[in-house]
Amino acid sequence: MIENYTIKQLIDGYSEGSFSSTEVTKQYLERLKKLNPEYNVFVNVSEDLALEQAAKADKAMEAGDFSGLMGIPMGLKDVFCTEGIETTACSNMLRGYVPPFNAPVVQDLFDAGAVCLGKTNTDEFTCGVSTETSCFGVTKNPYDVTKVPGGSGGGSAAAVPLNFGVFAMGTDTGGSIRQPASFCNGVGMKVTYGRVPRSGVISMASSLDTIGHNTKTVEDAALVLDITAGTHRMDQTTPQEEVRSYTDYIGKDISGLKIGLPKEYFNDSVDDEVRELIMDAVKVLESKGVIVKEVSLPNTKYGVAAYYIISPSEVSANMARYDGIRYGALPDTDINDLEEQYLKTRGLGFGDEMKRRIMIGTYALSSGYYDAYYLKAQKVRTVLIQEFEEVFKDVDVLMGPVSPFPAFGIGEKVSDPVSMYVADALTIPSSLAGIPGISVPAGFTKAGLPVGLHIMAPQFEEGLLFQFGSAYESETEFWKQVPSV
Amino acid sequence: MNLTKEQVEKIAYLARLGLNDAEIEKFSDQLTGILDYVDMLNEVDTENVDPTSQVTGLESVMEEDEVIDYVEDKSRLLEASNLPKEARQILVKSIFND
Repeated sequence: MIENYTIKQLIDGYSEGSFSSTEVTKQYLERLKKLNPEYNVFVNVSEDLALEQAAKADKAMEAGDFSGLMGIPMGLKDVFCTEGIETTACSNMLRGYVPPFNAPVVQDLFDAGAVCLGKTNTDEFTCGVSTETSCFGVTKNPYDVTKVPGGSGGGSAAAVPLNFGVFAMGTDTGGSIRQPASFCNGVGMKVTYGRVPRSGVISMASSLDTIGHNTKTVEDAALVLDITAGTHRMDQTTPQEEVRSYTDYIGKDISGLKIGLPKEYFNDSVDDEVRELIMDAVKVLESKGVIVKEVSLPNTKYGVAAYYIISPSEVSANMARYDGIRYGALPDTDINDLEEQYLKTRGLGFGDEMKRRIMIGTYALSSGYYDAYYLKAQKVRTVLIQEFEEVFKDVDVLMGPVSPFPAFGIGEKVSDPVSMYVADALTIPSSLAGIPGISVPAGFTKAGLPVGLHIMAPQFEEGLLFQFGSAYESETEFWKQVPSV
Repeated sequence: MNLTKEQVEKIAYLARLGLNDAEIEKFSDQLTGILDYVDMLNEVDTENVDPTSQVTGLESVMEEDEVIDYVEDKSRLLEASNLPKEARQILVKSIFND
């Protein structure tokens, strides 16, 4: 049985000479191979690469280099392009696609010494809230195998408490890192839009997509962001904003700072048990000298509606590249011309949720409907942004539940898309505003399902999330409660 | 807003999605449900509100006009496609019908 190591503990262990990265990596690989079939967390295990990277890290550490993420085993959501390793976005459309390059963020992680155990499960092209739309099938929730792990990044979120790696990379467009983190008792980090370069990470909705990670602790989240944050010439949406030393915010005093509780994040749409656990969390922080204030974000309830116009519109445009030529070719059967090739490739290659989103987007962007849907949603987006700007004049951070409810049953919401979409009702508004947010474990319901505390901060103030998150975590340490497998 | 089967067929064709009859039936109900839900956006007063297309205020980011060899061996880009290749090009089906 492997220890419930954090990144920090492994780095300490390495520098004390307690074990080597090769030893540790072999243990993770062994555990992964034994238990993954039961949970379906990884869709592809890159054993050769992992052992090669671990050996390289061991060499560096023998020479005294314990910097960055040296020798730390990780998972990558299967939308991060990895040279020579199949990258599918968990879609039949991309089965067999082997990128000839590493995404810049992947290269940064490799250069920092991280060890890639493989690729983790996700909803198809990251479109979903439960990992049920993956062409490889659902991932099981580590705390109750009859429940979903959340999504889209259910694989990366489930990998952490199961100790299938120490951390895992993800993408968050409307909640795809934070919501599964809350369903799986992990820390889920969503950065400011543009804080981490997206180039080489398969796009979903380009005005919303962000790159983040799932970790055990808030400190680990800061350690990873210290490596991934920055600008890159291959992503022109990364502003020249100063990159801070995020680990400096761990354990920094929070007394006198102000927390805002948006009343709309605590209304009747939120399960009673979830609301109570989050209020308990607020009390913990109050005891550390923060000032708590009720605030209002009155248009919160329109977030999901605006998102389900804007995001499918961008999805429909981004998915146009899957034309069966550069990607997703079918076996050469019964296809006579190019149009038929498009229709068949896309009809067979995309699953139901992709088809729904592509069609909603195509409709919302079509002549005659553009103003009523897409333009209207973009204006509502402005209203939501202004609301956040207004409350942040008054408070340092905002807090609420990550999701209105804990993990739901596999299959429970599959036939009703709208009931599925509202799982992200409390993460979507901050995604539309492009602000950062973090999910921190906040305890368990009576049925034993994890609940996450959501902390949000103004753009490029990720440091505040680590400051508040670590203050809360140091009093609670729910991350230590891992499933007994 | 009720999406008819004909409308769904048209949207699917515009998006070049080949759907069967059962899918068209299913999606016309589900898409109608989604459009009914997003109708609530009309409750929000957006008079004199500008639309947002990006959130961090960046405009016209300029880039030096120089070639970077992201993938040095260009044959590897061709290898990513499953289609047959000829003379360093991907062989596709005919574009024009008879």
